Amino acid sequence: MTKKTDSPKLRASNRQAGKKYGGTVCIFIFLALLGAFMAFPIYIAVVMSIKPVEELFIFPPKLYAVQPTLENFRDMFLLLRNGQVPFSRYAANSVLVTVSITGCQCIFSSMAAFVLAKCRFPGQKLINSLIVTALLYQSSVIYIMQYIVLAKLHLIDTPAALIFPSIASPMGLFLMRQSISQMPDEIIEAAKADGAGLFRICWQIVIPNQKPALMTLIIFAFQSAWSLQSGSFVFSEELKTLPTVVQQAAASGLARAGAAMAAAVFMLIPPAVVFIIAQKNVIRTMAHSGIKQ
Amino acid sequence: MPDNSRKNRINSTLKEIRKNKACYAMLAPFMIFFLLFTVVPVVMSLPMGFTDFNMAQPPEFVGFSNYAALFLTDRIFLKAIGVTLIFAFFTGPLSYMLCFFLAWLINELPGVLKTVFTLIFYIPSMAGLYTVWQLIFSGDTYGWLNSFLLELGIISSPVQWLTDSRYVLGVTIIVQLWISLGAGFLALRAGFQNIDRSMYEAGAVEGIRNRWQELIYITIPAMKPQMLFAAVMQIVSSFTAGTVAQNLVGFPSTDYKAHTIMTHAYDYGWVRFEMGYASAICMILFLAMFAVNRIINRVLGK
Repeated sequence: MTKKTDSPKLRASNRQAGKKYGGTVCIFIFLALLGAFMAFPIYIAVVMSIKPVEELFIFPPKLYAVQPTLENFRDMFLLLRNGQVPFSRYAANSVLVTVSITGCQCIFSSMAAFVLAKCRFPGQKLINSLIVTALLYQSSVIYIMQYIVLAKLHLIDTPAALIFPSIASPMGLFLMRQSISQMPDEIIEAAKADGAGLFRICWQIVIPNQKPALMTLIIFAFQSAWSLQSGSFVFSEELKTLPTVVQQAAASGLARAGAAMAAAVFMLIPPAVVFIIAQKNVIRTMAHSGIKQ
Repeated sequence: MPDNSRKNRINSTLKEIRKNKACYAMLAPFMIFFLLFTVVPVVMSLPMGFTDFNMAQPPEFVGFSNYAALFLTDRIFLKAIGVTLIFAFFTGPLSYMLCFFLAWLINELPGVLKTVFTLIFYIPSMAGLYTVWQLIFSGDTYGWLNSFLLELGIISSPVQWLTDSRYVLGVTIIVQLWISLGAGFLALRAGFQNIDRSMYEAGAVEGIRNRWQELIYITIPAMKPQMLFAAVMQIVSSFTAGTVAQNLVGFPSTDYKAHTIMTHAYDYGWVRFEMGYASAICMILFLAMFAVNRIINRVLGK
């Protein structure tokens, strides 16, 4: 199969490869320069989080920490210890909320997106346009109305009050639907002819082929769930999530600038790790996406 | 016999529904949550714009008076429309092109570099980090930008970047652009990754010579769905911008220079507790986004 033949195809792509090399270097330099600008504030945040207090306010400000320290991170954890609830409880709440939202979002929107993209049934058009309209509709009263719905269902001050409203994300569904709509219908028709049910087609043929979109959805879902604040849906201290208390602890006060930076950096680590793992998967899919026409 | 034909139509629809049972079953988990926590709250919020509602007493119907007040007496709202449009212009189309262009350039790079650059460009939208920007633009000599410019001798006294009405909007737009490589950008990256490579090989045989031709004849036509997604996300994020300004240049900003429609709604909703009025503001914003979305749908086609 992989035996090299001197096909016109191969020659054409070899010729291009040589020409393209110079261009790739230019692209790299351009992106590196722009990337430096984009990364600069992040870099400052990381540097400030490891600077000792005396270094935070020297003039002119330095681009690196002379005596790097983890003091700020220690301070942040100390601030989080308010006596009632241990830090691990907040972390566990956040993990529960994040995993439930991400899992449900991926499974539910994948199935719904497949059906909305590839099947014809009464109501399909209506639902499709509802999704996009819902994306565009932003209103500050929605929050109040969600509260009313949650209260009617007796869910206020339960973990479900944080999880349920975020499960059906119109954005996630829209993303998956757009991506699935690119798949050729013939593959699905062929599977149907083989007697496969819709559920099997979805999970064995369609979704495995949608890795880039699915991974992107995981990134979005994880990121928004991880930064979810408890707001007023939950008021018991032992149900609050990490961002809520980190924000409370780090808020305001120049003396806490270092701790606030440490908190920001600390909160950024989990979504960044998920991002890197997911993106690696996105890129790997390219090598073997043979099923497409 | 009109009655009979209607009956037939209902019957055939019912048959269709029964035939597609599996479809509805697969939709159900999503739709249950979507209906409960999105559709119902949205529908409940629709009439609020026609009421006087302070969250303590039940809403009271006031007809169109909220809307009339918005356009006839609320001068700050008219100002906010202008700010929102300027904002949307810079962070909408500009950022959209940036998203596409950068996603494409990154795609031309080999393996690991793709992940690295995607992370670098995306991480600002994850982080927010208004505190850092506040330090950079801080008005005293300790501000990073000020101390840098002072050292170079470009300015002789510190500039009040965050409070001087000349700079407030510009600074906010820069920070907004910085965080705007978000959902749309990532979706486009995934889209590029999803294009079948054999299409490029086939293109090379048929005489496509360089990256630009590849982009125009192969990539863009194959990317339509992701481009539409990114466009919608960009509309939402540019029209509803407000958090950046509130966190960066204060609320309200000097001279209302960075006062967007969303900030205005926040002001009335969560500061003055005039939820009816705030709903009317949001409704106008929604109608504007809806209109822009229709235009973009037409341009990008289906």
